[in-house]
Amino acid sequence: MDIKIPSLGESITEATISKWFKKEGDAVAQDEPVLELETDKVTVEVPAAAAGRLDRILAAAGSTVKIGEVVGAIAAGAAGGTASPIRSAPSAPPKAAAPATASPAAAAAPMPGPAGRKALAEAGLSASQVQGSGKDGRVTKADVAAGGAAPAKAAARAAGPRETRSKMSRLRQRIAERLKAAQNTAAMLTTFNEVDMGNVMRLRDRYKDNFEKRHGVRMGFMSFFVKACVQALKEIPAVNAEIDGDEIVYKNFYNIGVAVGTAQGLVVPVLRDCDELSLAGIEKAINEYGKRARDGKIGLEDLSGGTFTISNGGVYGSLNSTPILNPPQSGILGMHKIQPRPMAVGDKVEIRPMMYLALSYDHRIVDGREAVTFLVRVKECIEDPERLLLDV
Amino acid sequence: MSESEFDVVVIGAGPGGYVAAIKAAQLGLKTACVEKAALGGCCLNVGCIPSKALLHSSHLFAEATHGLDKFGVKLGGKVALDLPAMMAHKDQVVGASVKGIEFLFRKNKVAHVKGAATIAGPNAVKVAGADGKAVELKAKAIVVATGSESTPLPGVEIDEKRIVTSTGALALAEVPKKMVLIGAGVIGLELGSVWRRLGAEVEVVEFLDRICPGMDAEVAKNFQRLLEKQGLKFRLGAKVTGAKSGKSGVAVMVEPVKGGAAETLQADVVLVAIGRRPYTEGLGLEAAGVKTEKGRVVIDEHFRSSVPSIFAIGDVVRGAMLAHKAEDEGVAVAEIIAGQKGHVNYDAIPGVVYTAPEVAWVGKTEDELKAAGVPCRVGKVAFMGNGRARAAGATDGFCKVIADAKTDRILGVHILGAEAGTMIAEAVVAMEFGGSAEDLGRVCHAHPSLNETVKEAALAAWSQAIHA
Repeated sequence: MDIKIPSLGESITEATISKWFKKEGDAVAQDEPVLELETDKVTVEVPAAAAGRLDRILAAAGSTVKIGEVVGAIAAGAAGGTASPIRSAPSAPPKAAAPATASPAAAAAPMPGPAGRKALAEAGLSASQVQGSGKDGRVTKADVAAGGAAPAKAAARAAGPRETRSKMSRLRQRIAERLKAAQNTAAMLTTFNEVDMGNVMRLRDRYKDNFEKRHGVRMGFMSFFVKACVQALKEIPAVNAEIDGDEIVYKNFYNIGVAVGTAQGLVVPVLRDCDELSLAGIEKAINEYGKRARDGKIGLEDLSGGTFTISNGGVYGSLNSTPILNPPQSGILGMHKIQPRPMAVGDKVEIRPMMYLALSYDHRIVDGREAVTFLVRVKECIEDPERLLLDV
Repeated sequence: MSESEFDVVVIGAGPGGYVAAIKAAQLGLKTACVEKAALGGCCLNVGCIPSKALLHSSHLFAEATHGLDKFGVKLGGKVALDLPAMMAHKDQVVGASVKGIEFLFRKNKVAHVKGAATIAGPNAVKVAGADGKAVELKAKAIVVATGSESTPLPGVEIDEKRIVTSTGALALAEVPKKMVLIGAGVIGLELGSVWRRLGAEVEVVEFLDRICPGMDAEVAKNFQRLLEKQGLKFRLGAKVTGAKSGKSGVAVMVEPVKGGAAETLQADVVLVAIGRRPYTEGLGLEAAGVKTEKGRVVIDEHFRSSVPSIFAIGDVVRGAMLAHKAEDEGVAVAEIIAGQKGHVNYDAIPGVVYTAPEVAWVGKTEDELKAAGVPCRVGKVAFMGNGRARAAGATDGFCKVIADAKTDRILGVHILGAEAGTMIAEAVVAMEFGGSAEDLGRVCHAHPSLNETVKEAALAAWSQAIHA
């Protein structure tokens, strides 16, 4: 049974195999993930269509494959483990019975001799990791000794390679492309403000236990910011708009992307119709996305359709920054670290938990006055959360 | 560590066991080797070594009898056989080899424990000593290297006098007039050759329709033809249903496998050589929880049995029953126990038949590659074209090199000819280094030498031979 690259959504025609979870000969259960694909936007696991044995891998990890391409085969119903060298030849399929050495790949890297092979195995290296000095570049045991000594010396001074190269993942390439496109397209400008988090923190301290008991999710600050942004977006529609040709499209819905860092890079899943969500609803949705991001289970549909974005660099300790727009959106709010700072309160100096806010906006459609007003409105809603309740 | 506590206890002192013990000791492990019979196992005492002594002696006799005239050496029909002296030479060779292992054990500080071993737990070996005393050895690792024994044939009862295994066939008191050899495998053909050269009429009964299964079919066919020239008779596709020992000899009942009339063959001696089976009797494998399959100890790729502290190598495990395969496994298992990455490359283990001419091969046969659908090129060159071979009157046979059609990598080498067993070594080395036919063809070979034919065959597989 062939393993085919499944359809990954509109406009996606190819993907990169990031890894195979199974080796040739391994047993696979039905629906067990066999390989992982990486596309511009997401990573996806491809499950086995049937139980059996992974018979063939036709496209190695790292190769780019087309949708619908056959990348391997599962011998349905077969038991695993036959990749062992001890198998009896007659019952094995022709390809498996052929000496592994007959493949063209083997011709590219000549096989080291027995002493070289043992030395490699003991050094935990493969022949391709050591420069061979033997005939046709064969790795000798002296080569392994010379190559294997390097990591040991590394303690004194970094004797390892001075630089290493690795292929950019498709996700990283896509991030690079989009960020640069945003800078090239928009008239991007950032306005700053600062917010006193005291009231929201007090509110949270007072209700967090009840909140968690009632809603099964922890009470965070992000939901307040989402709500504050919805309020501000309603007031300043240009920030929730986009340019389409010579028209401006104002959106009367509030889909807010929340940037989440993952091992593969930044992804921005979208909270939909935030004006209709409660604080608890928003926290639940964020929580759910966080979990899926960790497991690499965020799908394409989760990433599309945002009208505005919130990025929280504060979780990493950022005190201030200028976020880059997520095109075609026209605004992005940067949240930052809450830092106790001496502030003038009335006539006195008080230590207040302060956060800098940054709004990057597309000056082509958002005027400076609008941007500043937007940010002031967010600040007011956070400093005085009752406003959220009263919608003022 | 007390006297009965060891890092490694090896059970069996055949070529697998004694090599494992020596290597383990050389790697700094405190090692004992338990053996209930003579050191060296079957190979040294009743196998490879004594048979080679008799093969060499009988070859000299045969040459002296009718092979020297053409070289201008006339003996005037005065050649006589002194069988007891021939046997004495053989015994002297065996004796010296056994002493050699005793010496190596002393030199490497391997404790030689005489007696029959039983595994008494994952880390304990009980030895019923040859001196009547029982001792228990503690071992961090146990290596089972108990080898194999001749497979019996139902209806044919071995007495080792007239109905013999290879063991008896190495010690016959006189040359039989007629010998029936059951099984046309390596062991049978070597011993059949010995007695044929010494004057016996030898008839080989083989169940299959070919000799030497596993050998390249083309080589086997030519090999059979050469043996027939020497007077061996072959009855292929025939099965032996029984053998009766009587006053006038042994009656062997034979019938065609495909059906047909049964026949009775009369023989003075019947040699049963239908194969060998793992020998694990009295070892207590089952009680120790060591899994076996068809008598063979089941091991993983690091020679570890189902009990993690118990390893097994040689004829008791999977793979060819060959002394040199067991030896290499002995080294590998000792290295693994010592924490190294010992390994045996099963794709480059040579096989040799020490008849005249010899047969030797390594790697895949042409049929295997064809069946596997591997495109390959075959270079075949006869010894007839080799100057040294003509000078020595050793023009029988050929060398065949098989290389991958795409990569030119050597996949198999098959030699039928004098000194084939010695010549195969260069092919094994080449294969260990993943060499191509061109590699072998570009290596300088001394002239004149028989090995030049190997080089020519390699050139033929790669592109074209010069002298053929």
